[in-house]
Amino acid sequence: MAKHLTPGRIVLYAALVLMAIYYLLPLYVMLSTSVKTLDDIRGGNLIALPQSITLDAWSKAWSSACTGVECGGMKGFFWNSVKMAVPSVLISTLIGAVNGYVVSMWRFRGSDVLFTLLLVGCFIPFQVVLLPMARLLGELGIANTTSGLVMVHVIYGLAFTTLFFRNFFVTIPDELVKAARIDGAGFWTIFFRILLPISGPIFMVCVIWQFTQIWNDFLFGVVFAAGEAQPITVALNNLVNTSTGVKEYNVDMAAAIIAALPTLFVYMVAGRYFVRGLTAGAVKG
Amino acid sequence: MAALSINNVCKTYANGTEVLKGIDIAIEDGQFLILVGPSGCGKSTLLNMIAGLDDISSGDIEIGGKRVNDLSPKDRDIAMVFQSYALYPSMSVRKNISFGLEIRKMPQGEIDATVERVAQMLQMTHLLDRKPSQLSGGQRQRVAMGRALARNPSIFLFDEPLSNLDAKLRVEMRTEIKLMHQRLKSTIVYVTHDQIEAMTLGDRIAVMKDGIVQQFGSPQDIYDNPANLFVASFIGSPSMNFIPAQVVESAGVLGVKICDDKGCVILPLPHAQDKMKPWLGREVIFGIRPEQITDARTAYREGLPVMACHIDVIEPTGPDTLVFVSLNNTKVCCRTHPTEAKLPGHSMELVFDVSKAVLFDPTTEQRIA
Repeated sequence: MAKHLTPGRIVLYAALVLMAIYYLLPLYVMLSTSVKTLDDIRGGNLIALPQSITLDAWSKAWSSACTGVECGGMKGFFWNSVKMAVPSVLISTLIGAVNGYVVSMWRFRGSDVLFTLLLVGCFIPFQVVLLPMARLLGELGIANTTSGLVMVHVIYGLAFTTLFFRNFFVTIPDELVKAARIDGAGFWTIFFRILLPISGPIFMVCVIWQFTQIWNDFLFGVVFAAGEAQPITVALNNLVNTSTGVKEYNVDMAAAIIAALPTLFVYMVAGRYFVRGLTAGAVKG
Repeated sequence: MAALSINNVCKTYANGTEVLKGIDIAIEDGQFLILVGPSGCGKSTLLNMIAGLDDISSGDIEIGGKRVNDLSPKDRDIAMVFQSYALYPSMSVRKNISFGLEIRKMPQGEIDATVERVAQMLQMTHLLDRKPSQLSGGQRQRVAMGRALARNPSIFLFDEPLSNLDAKLRVEMRTEIKLMHQRLKSTIVYVTHDQIEAMTLGDRIAVMKDGIVQQFGSPQDIYDNPANLFVASFIGSPSMNFIPAQVVESAGVLGVKICDDKGCVILPLPHAQDKMKPWLGREVIFGIRPEQITDARTAYREGLPVMACHIDVIEPTGPDTLVFVSLNNTKVCCRTHPTEAKLPGHSMELVFDVSKAVLFDPTTEQRIA
């Protein structure tokens, strides 16, 4: 069927382009501001193109901007966040996969209740657990450490990863597990050899979801890992709020983009799996 | 290969629902047992219990003389074919077949030989390296059977294996399963809701309803001598006719009185005189199969009762034409020769072969004669 450019279509495309611009504008402002000089920023207006392009603000944000009393840039905190996010994502996803497998394929007396309780975990606001969690971390001796933060994120993420995997596994026919049991496969053999190989899409969903949540988290970071171990979100906040004389908007913008880059990257690489995983239906065959 | 014996097996769920109420079935080594019944009758639950996928609430299941109640599925020496085939989606056909053998630590050389043998037997050597998603429904069915065959178990369990196939393929696979059984002489338990599959495949049929075995016997016996109204109506297609009729006496012989809007005839039932006596003057349900009411040319015996009936509808099926008439205000289906059937609105002479007719108690629905 040939597509004609009817008036209706033109209006539609115009609306779409307009909305795309609207959503992309903040990113443009951040990018252009980050490569401007301070004079350029003061002299021109917000959306004007930069007169000359300089990466000074980027290098300052990365290695020498002051976050509070220290002036080592975002570098160290970026790696803090990586060290926090990668283990948290992997551990919570793996445990979530096993949890989902059990509550969907190996139902036992009370497994539905257990699953409901886990679900409630999705609705508990962060603020509620701050005090008890701080105490627990203190008792365990991992307050203000990356490991402590990893533990918090794993526990918090489990509710979501379990839900994702459970909802994926219930679409897989029970008969698959029955057949494997008759073939002689045990709990872990069925999990690793039959279910995991077909769980790719839901793994991507979990990884993207968890990574975004954990990388972008500010509250847990600021409460449980102040100082040396603080994640990049906290460092960004400190950087922006630390001003000695002039407000360096270009450095702030560069730092903000640095903080957002990993999640952007994950979405670009794995975004299409996200939609595919969320809509993955019954696995036939 | 092994005999199977199910002794007084019950299944009650935690919420008190009784799914199976005392099942007793025994088959010999090499027999083909069909569990047939409407959905919800407990047939699949019973199969799962034989497989060890469901717990047994009370009673015993013995395979080859050994009590298996407390054995896990993998130790019962069974293989199962599922309705959805349950092929492992991420594995090739070869891997699907060899998976169970690998887990049982069979030497690699033997595994390869077994896969090769099974693939040749089912003519699917060219499919071995495909994934299940690249196979058609019939091919998946074949792979599922191959996976069971490779294991060479003492009992094969089939859970409605043909339900997901189209009509033509279903008939082909039915024959193939039967051939496989004749060749391998394996003990098979086969669950279906399709009475034609039950009749064509089984050595023994257990007709189930509401968690009770209504009748257990050979296909022909169940067809000819149904124990109750349910079995009579469930087995046979088109279904047996059930005509409410009064037991009357005529010339010293007991029979049933059958009327249409023109008049009545009395069909004498010489084979059932004794059992009918207590029912003289009372109403019974007269059961007669469609092929037992037919045209004069198809009826092969002289001297059978004949009645001219008004035809309401006809349904030509090709080999036969089904003629529907109304007797005792009940729709009755008759199977006639296509060239003998008259058109709707006309009258036609129908011959009643009552030698295999049966009678049921209208309240208990149990067989009288």
